[in-house]
Amino acid sequence: MKFSDFIVMPAIKADLAADDKGDVIDELVHSLVDAGVIKPTDQEGIVAAVMRREELGSTGIGRGVAVPHTKHPTVERLIGTVGISAEGVNFNSLDGAKVHLFFLIVSPHDRPSDHLRALEQITMHLRDDAFCRFLKQARTVPDIQQLLEEADANQFST
Amino acid sequence: MSQPTAAREIVVVNPQGFHARPAHLFMKLASEFEAEVRILKGNSAINGKSILDLLTLGAGNGTKLTLQAVGNDAQAAVDALALLVESGFGEMDNGSPQAQASA
Repeated sequence: MKFSDFIVMPAIKADLAADDKGDVIDELVHSLVDAGVIKPTDQEGIVAAVMRREELGSTGIGRGVAVPHTKHPTVERLIGTVGISAEGVNFNSLDGAKVHLFFLIVSPHDRPSDHLRALEQITMHLRDDAFCRFLKQARTVPDIQQLLEEADANQFST
Repeated sequence: MSQPTAAREIVVVNPQGFHARPAHLFMKLASEFEAEVRILKGNSAINGKSILDLLTLGAGNGTKLTLQAVGNDAQAAVDALALLVESGFGEMDNGSPQAQASA
């Protein structure tokens, strides 16, 4: 799976305004609504579901990265967005560090393998120091899109 | 000189596979052991104490993996981690976790 298979490019947020966990999830889900891939009436339910998942254990997996996610019956295929916070957000991450880079994923209930492929894709590239650093430093949506495209084209290699 | 080693084949049995929550549980348990823990999938090997590495496995239901540990408590680490994976990370909802499955 490639980033372009699930990241909704118009939903990417290069400069997240939110500075706490609930607000950042709200802002990321809202970006998917604005991009037209989630219905406005589903926004609240999806935000609540992502928050419930966080209560089971933070998806802040270290390295300043979080992968908040949920399954939701209203999406027909796996969709995701990317958000960057220059300031960083306290996300109760596993290593205690603030999170700068967010990958939010919403998947249908019946596609556990798609969800795993998306996590695999995200984490495989984040293990690459150059990709991780460049992405955190990106300040515009086109910069982020370009980095994702380069990763899809395997222009980063470990 | 040589450190104790242990290894075991395991199969991912929970329907959702090795997603974020199982990866977190695995990392936490692996970190309780002194031994280095690795998981082999095909010809790639990853660090069993890194959640980022664990998520790169993309290991769905039915995936065969090899668990390896090197260190004084290697056997205990492999036994405990194999039990965690083969009990379905507590996600088996049919009431019959296959905790007894072994290599």
